[in-house]
Amino acid sequence: MTDFSYVRTEMLEERPAPTSQTGIVKWLRENLFSSVPNAILSIAALWAIYFTLSHLLPWVFQSSWTATSLKECRASIAAAHGEGTTGACWAVIRERYLQLIYGFYPADSYWRPNLAFIMMLVALAPVLFNSIPKKFMLFTALYPFIAFWLLWGGSIWLPISIVAGFVLGYVAMNIISKQMSELAGMIACAIVPILWFLFFAGSAADVMQNIIPISLESVESAKFGGFMLSILIGITGIAFSLPIGIVLALGRQSDLMIVKVICVGFIEFIRGVPLITLLFVASTLLNYFMPPGTNFDIILRVIIMVTLFASAYMAEVIRGGLAALPKGQYEGADSLGLDFWQATRLIIMPQALKISIPNIVSSFIGLFKDTTLVSIIGLLDPIGLSTNIRADQYWNGIIWELYGFIAVIFFIFCFAMSRYSMYLERKLQTGH
Amino acid sequence: MSAITDPDKGGFRPSMLLYDTRYRSMTIQIIALVGFLIAIGWLVSNTAQNLADLGKPLGFSFLWEPAGYDINQRLIEYNSQMTHARASLVGVLNTMLVALLGCITATVIGVLVGVMRLSKNWLVSRLMTIYIEGFRNVPVLLWILITMAIFIEVFPQPRDFRGEDAVASMSLFDSVALTNRGIYIPAPTWFAGSGAVIAVFLASIVGMVFFGKWARKRQEQTGQILPTFWIKLAIFFVPAILAYYILGKPIGLEYPELKGFNFKGGFYMRNSLIALWFALSLYTAAFIAETVRSGIQAVAKGQSEAAAALGLRQGRITSLVVLPQALRVIIPPMISQYLNLTKNSSLAIAVGYMDITGTLGGITLNQTGREMECLMILMAIYLAISLTISTVMNWYNDRVKLQER
Repeated sequence: MTDFSYVRTEMLEERPAPTSQTGIVKWLRENLFSSVPNAILSIAALWAIYFTLSHLLPWVFQSSWTATSLKECRASIAAAHGEGTTGACWAVIRERYLQLIYGFYPADSYWRPNLAFIMMLVALAPVLFNSIPKKFMLFTALYPFIAFWLLWGGSIWLPISIVAGFVLGYVAMNIISKQMSELAGMIACAIVPILWFLFFAGSAADVMQNIIPISLESVESAKFGGFMLSILIGITGIAFSLPIGIVLALGRQSDLMIVKVICVGFIEFIRGVPLITLLFVASTLLNYFMPPGTNFDIILRVIIMVTLFASAYMAEVIRGGLAALPKGQYEGADSLGLDFWQATRLIIMPQALKISIPNIVSSFIGLFKDTTLVSIIGLLDPIGLSTNIRADQYWNGIIWELYGFIAVIFFIFCFAMSRYSMYLERKLQTGH
Repeated sequence: MSAITDPDKGGFRPSMLLYDTRYRSMTIQIIALVGFLIAIGWLVSNTAQNLADLGKPLGFSFLWEPAGYDINQRLIEYNSQMTHARASLVGVLNTMLVALLGCITATVIGVLVGVMRLSKNWLVSRLMTIYIEGFRNVPVLLWILITMAIFIEVFPQPRDFRGEDAVASMSLFDSVALTNRGIYIPAPTWFAGSGAVIAVFLASIVGMVFFGKWARKRQEQTGQILPTFWIKLAIFFVPAILAYYILGKPIGLEYPELKGFNFKGGFYMRNSLIALWFALSLYTAAFIAETVRSGIQAVAKGQSEAAAALGLRQGRITSLVVLPQALRVIIPPMISQYLNLTKNSSLAIAVGYMDITGTLGGITLNQTGREMECLMILMAIYLAISLTISTVMNWYNDRVKLQER
């Protein structure tokens, strides 16, 4: 036999892959220039990016941070970067950023909204994270009263006496349902606080204030503004709309004809009209609905209407959660012999709410963006303030810097929340 | 021994209203109804009392009084001597105009962006993501104001068009004037015989539909595929153009012309209309793009792979297999986006576009002081528009929905 062999016996040295198949070249070929239309698209996109950035970046960075008027701004930009350069006048933000955040809230009391904001995060924690003990929910329940007192000031005894009303109702319910029947307990739970609010709450607060005066300097609603106002309206609206939304969603799902019709009518009515008409109602009509002589605060009126608006949307979100629960859960609860409220409280709602959290966050984002509409009825939210700042003779004609700043802040808030809701959605997925 | 007694059938005790499930729901409903009626009654009586105190009892006669204000953007004849009702009608039409324009543009942009977001082109899909996230996370009111500001800053003033060495000039063969007060486009003028051209045009649309049906039937029977797109295009244009020239050009165009300090003639689209239209379209398109993307992603991958295995081309896979299935997922959220756009068009008031909120809810309300009546009508109109849109779209949705057993 010969020594010929057609089979290679030794390994060849490994050669590097062709340049067109590695690294950035491969990536470019696959992702940007895989075909002719794709290449055209890529070039168009590159041109769009270049066009935008080449106009935007010089404007952003050839800017003035230290002027006191628009004229001075333009002069200093022209001096620094040559005649004819247009640059942003960020000085207006530097001068007015506190106003854009707090409105006309007294400067020496800024710690109050700040503290309220931090406490809000603490109050939200037990709702958002399961690992925190449920005892902290008590703080969450008390938080609205604390925040109210911090923001509006006045005597501490007013919020305390309102809390006392609820505590009294709870105590009355416990005592009477043990002594008599559960129904009597429920009725007492509703009647006792109402009696307390109507006849005793105000005078009790006055008496306590006389004995132990604790109060903060009170701040009137007209001074509220800026992002503080947006956050206040948004958070209050969403927080109060949650219980109303749950009730409406349950009503919409129930077999009771009349209850269902009322709930469907309310939800469809609110969802059918724009928020701005409801805000008009808040600014012009709401006082007419109350007994003659009542005149309450514009922010409170706006919050009432925003809450009603949000609760219709919240009802739909929660209805989605209820519909997504497997039927077995309802039947399982029935077979355990639970009545409607027990089943709802122990089995249905905890699961339905858990499923709905991402959508609740999205509807909060929507509501937070919609709070800008209050500028149309004359409240000083960031957009209202931007008009206000432009009316100042030194800053007359400044547009882009203000709109840009407001847009960026809104974007940061909303984008962060939408990412959080996406994260929750992934985390809550208990499917297969 | 225990004796089983039948439940006592005859006797009805009042406590059964609460503890017997047969009657309890009735009790609860009656209590709810009574409570609801009491609450409504309380509100109504308060309102009546308050309005009577102010000396303006509920009444709608103010609608027939002269409005006394001008509306600069209108689809029907209107002047300040006409009634508030007429002004409101102009407003309603303006709302519908911007809503219709907005829905069409938003759909086109949204579908394009949604498809491009899924593109394999890294750069394009990233750009689309930036667009979507940017628009979704900033309030629409801010977008409307920004668009309006861009419009006013970027386009030239009408007086820049004047003189020998004008700073600005008209675009598209001197037919369109882009100014910061608005856009002037040529308006059609109708001469004798124009009706015949339009009739031919409408007939050719009908013919196009019938041709489509016939071609489809033919394809099902013989398997031959005609180039339907080009033939339809020809049916669409050729007869109408022929009729236009045979009848001696009965339809003319009236071009906008600069007279004095402003343009005259042609069709005028006010800057506020265009700003509102663009802002609403771009904002809503970002949401529509997301629903389109999720709709396309909801179609199982096996569907397009199976279509590819059958030998279909990429374009046909998209149009015949993927899109029809995606459409079913896309339509319900799309309905709510259209509704949102229509409701958001009420923000027109921020840029001075006279929609129904601007006329009835704005100037009429302030002039007459009839808050109650104006807001009631305003809400009723929006409710009617919303319910109409959702009824029509739900009917369409039912038609394309998968027929389940």
